[in-house]
Amino acid sequence: MSDRLSVRKTYKLFIGGAFPRSESGRSYVVNDGKGRFLANASQASRKDVRDAVGAARKAFGGWSGRTAYNRGQILYRVAEMLEGRRAQFVDELHATGLAKPAASDEVDRAVDRWVWYAGWADKVGAVAGSANPVSGPFFNFSTPEPTGVVGVVAPDSPLLGLVSVVAPVIATGNTAVVVASEPAPLAAITLAEVLATSDLPGGVVNLLTGRRAELAPWLASHMDVNAIDLAGVAAEDVRELEVAAAENLKRVLPPGISDWSAEPGTARLTAFLETKTVWHPVGV
Amino acid sequence: MDFEYAPAPESRSVVDIRPSYGLFVGGEFTGGHGEPFKSIDPSNEETLAEIATADEADVDRAVKAARTAFEKVWGPMPGRERAKYLYRIARIIQERSRELAVLESIDNGKPIRESRDVDLPLVAAHFFYYAGWADKLGHAGFGGDPRPLGVAGQVIPWNFPLLMLAWKIAPALACGNTVVLKPAETTPLTALVFADICRQAELPPGVVNIVTGAGETGRLLVGHPGIDKIAFTGSTEVGKQIARTVAGTGKRVTLELGGKAANVVFDDAPLDQAVEGIVNGIFFNQGHVCCAGSRLLVQESVAEELLARLKARMATLRVGDPLDKNTDVGAINSAEQLAKIRELSQAGEAEGAGRWSPPCELPQRGFWFAPTLFTGVAQSHRIAREEIFGPVLSVLTFRTPAEAVEKANNTPFGLSAGVWTEKGSRILWMAERLRAGVVWANTFNKFDPASPFGGYKESGFGREGGRHGLEAYLDV
Repeated sequence: MSDRLSVRKTYKLFIGGAFPRSESGRSYVVNDGKGRFLANASQASRKDVRDAVGAARKAFGGWSGRTAYNRGQILYRVAEMLEGRRAQFVDELHATGLAKPAASDEVDRAVDRWVWYAGWADKVGAVAGSANPVSGPFFNFSTPEPTGVVGVVAPDSPLLGLVSVVAPVIATGNTAVVVASEPAPLAAITLAEVLATSDLPGGVVNLLTGRRAELAPWLASHMDVNAIDLAGVAAEDVRELEVAAAENLKRVLPPGISDWSAEPGTARLTAFLETKTVWHPVGV
Repeated sequence: MDFEYAPAPESRSVVDIRPSYGLFVGGEFTGGHGEPFKSIDPSNEETLAEIATADEADVDRAVKAARTAFEKVWGPMPGRERAKYLYRIARIIQERSRELAVLESIDNGKPIRESRDVDLPLVAAHFFYYAGWADKLGHAGFGGDPRPLGVAGQVIPWNFPLLMLAWKIAPALACGNTVVLKPAETTPLTALVFADICRQAELPPGVVNIVTGAGETGRLLVGHPGIDKIAFTGSTEVGKQIARTVAGTGKRVTLELGGKAANVVFDDAPLDQAVEGIVNGIFFNQGHVCCAGSRLLVQESVAEELLARLKARMATLRVGDPLDKNTDVGAINSAEQLAKIRELSQAGEAEGAGRWSPPCELPQRGFWFAPTLFTGVAQSHRIAREEIFGPVLSVLTFRTPAEAVEKANNTPFGLSAGVWTEKGSRILWMAERLRAGVVWANTFNKFDPASPFGGYKESGFGREGGRHGLEAYLDV
């Protein structure tokens, strides 16, 4: 056994491309599958939610204004970076209680999921848009556009579930404020390190760790959040969050998926799109 | 020289208004158990008919009729058969379009020129369009065999009574759902004639049910546990109430709500065309239009010239008898709406904006409001932020395209927007940045069944029209 003492990582939040601690100064204990101490994770507060929403809003214009091709390139780059850190993620998932082969399988699927969504960035417009044959001398077309800032309450599947809810949101040009799994938040922060080194502009994805019951209501009621994905919310908490979300008519994606290894389809991509229709007269 | 117009009234003889109307449930006209209400002609305040109010038991009866029809008849029916019913309905609407147009103008107050040339052709076209989808749903991009949702509860407003009915019922039926629809309490008459059209078309009983009443009837319908899907068009305030009511129930919802559209005029725009577009944008249907161009954003360098032309054009608008074929601006739909328009206009003056209306003689009886514009409007003014839903235009100015975008998007709404410029690249640049569901470039207030319509942000969610409109009524 080596007598060298390892250098541990401090798990912090990811807001606006930086890694701050919670403004509240709080942290909470994260244990491994056997109940042994793994790390102290930041316990984000209402003000961290506010700062994250601010960062996401600031990033929205630039990110949604990128070409779809460029967004696809960056998402693919995320997959590359994730692949490069396979061993680290496998260890981290193993620590949560997953057997090594299962952990390895989950990382494979997470990488493949980024690749799936990376390819969608410049195709969703063709599939969800249309040229509309109106009965008059007008050129009329509809295009899908990102909804804006999307709040994401991530499921407890620490990596594959997280990737499955974040990638479709940002592939189309939305920006995200993500509340990571409460019991298994560490892979989320390591994923943030991947995002931070993938040319993803700061603020496109903001990751918070902490108490879901504390953070989700602030996200659901925030007036500058345009939509919310409740993937990680328990059934009994959905109603209260949907009521809060009604205040500014957020688009709400209710929970429902438990098996994140299933084929994802396009439902999560299209849930956070608006259809814009443009008319122009035709004439000489 | 001042030219006088001779009156050119459309004949009312084509319409036969009964003294009282019941609900339409399970293919039969039946009584309602709530307190009946009166529908009046807003142009002269005369009572048109007494209308039944559906209470809880009546709504329940209608939902059950719709459920039975869904399970026994309409759900299992092949799409090609559903299609033919919808084609039948479209044709009967065309056959009875004059009657429906006159009745719409009498009940709503809108000019016959609009009900005849805009509302009714669009109503028929909407049924015709969605009829064709009924047997092609597997090709619409929602999977090979997309299923209907079940029973749809639909609540519609008074500004385009029959057109909003068509927007709701046509796609719902095409997708295989059955419906319970509540028309607005000030404009129920054309919906009840539509019920008669369903009978003429021999539509199976219970596929379409019409329940009349005020807000309480709507609440009962929205809250009914037997409803699978709610579609609402109306105010953002009520839309939010519905979203709260439905929270946690798993019911599907689409909402088409308020707006405060910016109509942006650049200095290179063809000004005479822009003036026509501005007038059409805000004075069409007395401004009772959720997508009305109620904020004019004009580039500073042409503001003075544009305003002079706009005022000259407004002075030619003819306000008066909705059934006169020369009328441009009809009656405000209700005393309540008139009070709201007056209150917001007074707020505009009180907050320091300059109010102007052309000289305009308004009828003594009925609900009337002269076409009005406000200059010197600040973004913080209520008349720049709140939906007035009347013939009132707020004028703001800008210097750069970026400022135009900033101001246009500075609203919680996002239903529509207009752009006027001769420069194609600028149109597309603006269209990309305007956060609105419909962008009209060098035109305004154009509608078509093939064209998706619906809002961003607090203007609601979901689309009506086109292939996109099917999604609201399919289990996808």
